[in-house]
Amino acid sequence: MAFFIETLIGGLMAGMLYSLIALGFVLIYKASGVFNFAQGAMVLFAALAMARFAEWIPQWVPALANPIVANVLAFALALGVMVLVAIAVEKLALSRLVNQEGITLLMATLGFTYFLDGLGQTLFGNDIYKIDVGMPKDPVIVAESLFQGGILISKEDLYSALIATVLVALLALFFQKTATGRALRAVADDHQAAQSIGIPLSTIWIIVWSVAGFVALVAGVIWGSKLGVQFSLSLVALKALPVVILGGLTSIPGAIVGGLVIGVGEKLSEIYIGPMLGGGIEIWFAYVLALLFLLVRPQGLFGEKIIDRV
Amino acid sequence: MRRQWLTMILSVMLAAGAQAQQAKEQFFPLLVYRTGPYAPNGTPWANGKQDYIKLINARDGGINGVKLTFEECETGYATDKGVECYERLKGKGASMIDPQATGITFALTEKAPVDKIPLLTLGYGLSAAQDGNVFKWNFPLMGSYWTAADMLIQQIAKKEGGFDKLKGKKIALVYHDSPFGKEPMPMLEERSKMNGFELIKIPVTAPGVEQKSAWLQVRQQRPDYVLLWGWGVMNSTALKEAQATGYPREKMYGVWWAGAEPDVKDVGEGAKGYNALNLNSSGQAPKVIQDILKYVHDKGQGTGPKDEVGSVLYTRGMIIQMLSVEAVRRAQERFGKGKVMTGEQVRWGLENLALDQKKLDALGFAGVMRPLSTSCADHMGSTWARVQTWDGTKWNFSSDWLEADTAILKPMVKAAADKYAADKKITRRTPEDCQS
Amino acid sequence: MFYREAGQFKSTYRADQQILPIRQDRVAMALLLLTAFVIVPLTAPEYLLRAILVPFLILSLAALGLNILVGYCGQISLGTGAFMAVGAYAAYNAQARIEGLPLIVSLLLGGACATVVGVIFGVPSLRIRGLYLAVATLAAQFFVDWAALRLRFVTNGSESGSVSVSGLHVFGLPIESPASKYLLCLSFAVVFALLAKNLVRSGIGREWMAMRDMDVAAAVIGIRPVHAKLTAFAVSAFIVGVAGGLWGFVHLGAWEPAAFNIDRSFQLLFMVIIGGLGSISGGFLGAAFIVLLPIALERLPQLLHLPVSTAMSSHLTSMVFGVLIVFFLIVEPHGLARLWATAKEKLRLWPFPH
Repeated sequence: MAFFIETLIGGLMAGMLYSLIALGFVLIYKASGVFNFAQGAMVLFAALAMARFAEWIPQWVPALANPIVANVLAFALALGVMVLVAIAVEKLALSRLVNQEGITLLMATLGFTYFLDGLGQTLFGNDIYKIDVGMPKDPVIVAESLFQGGILISKEDLYSALIATVLVALLALFFQKTATGRALRAVADDHQAAQSIGIPLSTIWIIVWSVAGFVALVAGVIWGSKLGVQFSLSLVALKALPVVILGGLTSIPGAIVGGLVIGVGEKLSEIYIGPMLGGGIEIWFAYVLALLFLLVRPQGLFGEKIIDRV
Repeated sequence: MRRQWLTMILSVMLAAGAQAQQAKEQFFPLLVYRTGPYAPNGTPWANGKQDYIKLINARDGGINGVKLTFEECETGYATDKGVECYERLKGKGASMIDPQATGITFALTEKAPVDKIPLLTLGYGLSAAQDGNVFKWNFPLMGSYWTAADMLIQQIAKKEGGFDKLKGKKIALVYHDSPFGKEPMPMLEERSKMNGFELIKIPVTAPGVEQKSAWLQVRQQRPDYVLLWGWGVMNSTALKEAQATGYPREKMYGVWWAGAEPDVKDVGEGAKGYNALNLNSSGQAPKVIQDILKYVHDKGQGTGPKDEVGSVLYTRGMIIQMLSVEAVRRAQERFGKGKVMTGEQVRWGLENLALDQKKLDALGFAGVMRPLSTSCADHMGSTWARVQTWDGTKWNFSSDWLEADTAILKPMVKAAADKYAADKKITRRTPEDCQS
Repeated sequence: MFYREAGQFKSTYRADQQILPIRQDRVAMALLLLTAFVIVPLTAPEYLLRAILVPFLILSLAALGLNILVGYCGQISLGTGAFMAVGAYAAYNAQARIEGLPLIVSLLLGGACATVVGVIFGVPSLRIRGLYLAVATLAAQFFVDWAALRLRFVTNGSESGSVSVSGLHVFGLPIESPASKYLLCLSFAVVFALLAKNLVRSGIGREWMAMRDMDVAAAVIGIRPVHAKLTAFAVSAFIVGVAGGLWGFVHLGAWEPAAFNIDRSFQLLFMVIIGGLGSISGGFLGAAFIVLLPIALERLPQLLHLPVSTAMSSHLTSMVFGVLIVFFLIVEPHGLARLWATAKEKLRLWPFPH
């Protein structure tokens, strides 16, 4: 029983971390109708930037050798880099691909993935790098009195889940309550209509990609702190995709709920069903789970209903 | 970084020179992966090989006057890129090849005999390839996954106080879900039957980026020991997850591909107490490392950063290249000193290596590895390794030299080799063939 | 001036419905086939045959299959690597378990198994559409990845999950030399291209295109969505499965599940998009682009004698590849096939501007 609760909690927290990445997908899709397959590469790029800047800042300016200061500055610099990336993407690619079909945009983002992978490794190197933002690495054991052996909770995961929740709340507020958020939703609905009422499309897209870049940076810092920053960090995005489709491509709360469902489903399946099938099932199980939900609700749990004009 | 650029420029200019196939040059194709999820481990390996080639050229003027040339080809650990690199480089006079990846090894095992190019798979690849009577062109020198698995069980038994103490214990194998990770299972299952311990298999989907469920399972099963069979980023992630789920790192034992600096450096103190096998030593003390620093790095020709010289994987790459060079030298003794050797001749050289302690000392490898001697029937040459432990900042040896138990190993190898021969309709080599 | 059809009259429906109605096209195709079947195997160097032409042909076959699903029927699928894997492993099992089974029969059996799996994973397409379907097909990809590693019957009991084949022969002729491998793949590619071209010109092809353009309207006029979508999945999976079998048997010789992973699926989707959705020749053009470009990019620094390390060269290849893909999508979102069609249109008028 204790172990079941441990797995459950572990799954919930892993799910929150997946949601962090899924958020990036949802944001960009919501606002520009592009399914950004490059989100994983953006997470990696942001994490690399953060890790390397944190390493280089003390070398460039010895006065700033204090780790906290270095980390904060590195975060700011990395954020700046992501904004630059957003501007570049918008100016060079997105503005010329306006109103193309979904699959063309998808392929463009895939091409962008390759570019970002190569660029990141060229600029920052392809070794394993460390992000040290002071996350505690050892676990904490709670409820020892109730259950024999207690329940093990990873402190790092707990803090990360809290950060993810805060971030999501902020983003939800941003989208619902601010004028920019409304403009973003208008653009997501119909580019041409939004343009015709005076919403500057390119500015909105730059804002959206920057926000997605910011989310990618936070996700990158959290995952990078957990796993170390190196190439396969971009593959975590593949684990976040079921979350995106389960929750609905256009819904931020959907990303959270989807994340929790997938996280729990994945871990429970691997622990309890896995051994019967030889193990290693969690990645396809997550997709099959999302698939089953989609069969019932084809637009995801919270997604917008797909309306066809015939 | 600037230094890296400079050395890269110089090294590739050397490689560009290698394009011109002049008469007296022995060409070594180098399949490497400097990008992708396995790059942190593949890079020092590749650097070690290149530096040794440069050393032989700079210090000795080549092998009996034959200069060594090389060309690197990036495979990214992918089988089809490895095959493409092989096809491209074999036409340049390649006389042997080290695929650096188990998947590529499997693909090339089919092609190499046809093209008459021996495969040097030091410490990896097909375990059954130790039987040279069936696998004429494969050389799993110094160890395979079966010897590694056997030696780890021996060490655990030592820690427990004897093989009989293993009865009833639980040993979990956290493995990379690929042929590489699954290769040790036959040996572990055999040992499990013999010694009475329970073997729990926990796969980690490649490349092993997220392992929470695997380590939750470890926590659920509470095994007495965990064997880590990973490569690349899977290793450091495994150690981080072990820390996050509170599994004592002292109870973890890794194969020799899970025991290098990239695997533990960024975990640092969190990996303290983690043990792994090592086929060779590490550090900058051995004479050959000093020579490399003197003749290659001090002249600005070093392939990688100077502080990487002497690391575990660097040294292993260097050993692989040394064995290649010695095989060519041995082949030259029979087929003509000072001539360029073909694949078939180098194969004979690889099969007749006799590196005793004296020879190793002369080469500057004292204390780096154990003596090695191959034969027609035995393409492995040496079945020794040691266990090392990470103390938070460096590796220290924590055991004596272990030798794989040939009583268990030999019948398994023969059975597997026979099965392969029956499947592929290969007949065992005759004694006459062994002399050729 | 040269590419005019003046004077070419058709007197039968059959002649009018040919795939290549213009005589110049027929001549060009005949020359191309002659070059491909006769001149290339006799003159091309081994490296070109083994490492460039064989993968190009096999991947264009797979891209052909995927194009039927994505280009003609509009169902985005990211699980193509999985169907290739099923085809390869099924063909391997057929070859290993049944003594003396001809190679071509094994490959076709592999395709048939891929069809079954394709239809099973195509069932969600009846309910899920668009990008949701794309991600859902990844379920097929990861499931097959896992099955090939875990289920013993898939690899015929191989301990390590890696399988190998050797001693291939067709009608008694051994398929060992690069030329023979090339000719085998070329034959498969040509035959399947012809079959696919006729299939998409026929009734079922029009059903697929109707589903792609507007599936609700298609259903209204009486096209059964189940039939159309599942047959698209079936045919596509069959062709992709045969391509997978060829990839494993002829190109690699020995493979493990990682040979058909998600990168392969993305690569095939790239080929289809760059080549041109909804076009048979698009598959070939896209495959040529995607196969040749990375190799050319990696050799470029060497040829220009630029001092670049292998890692840097690999990164540069990645970057240039990505940029070129985005560039192509901006310049011609309908792919190389559209570029080619436009060129032919201009050629029809040449030397006049309009």
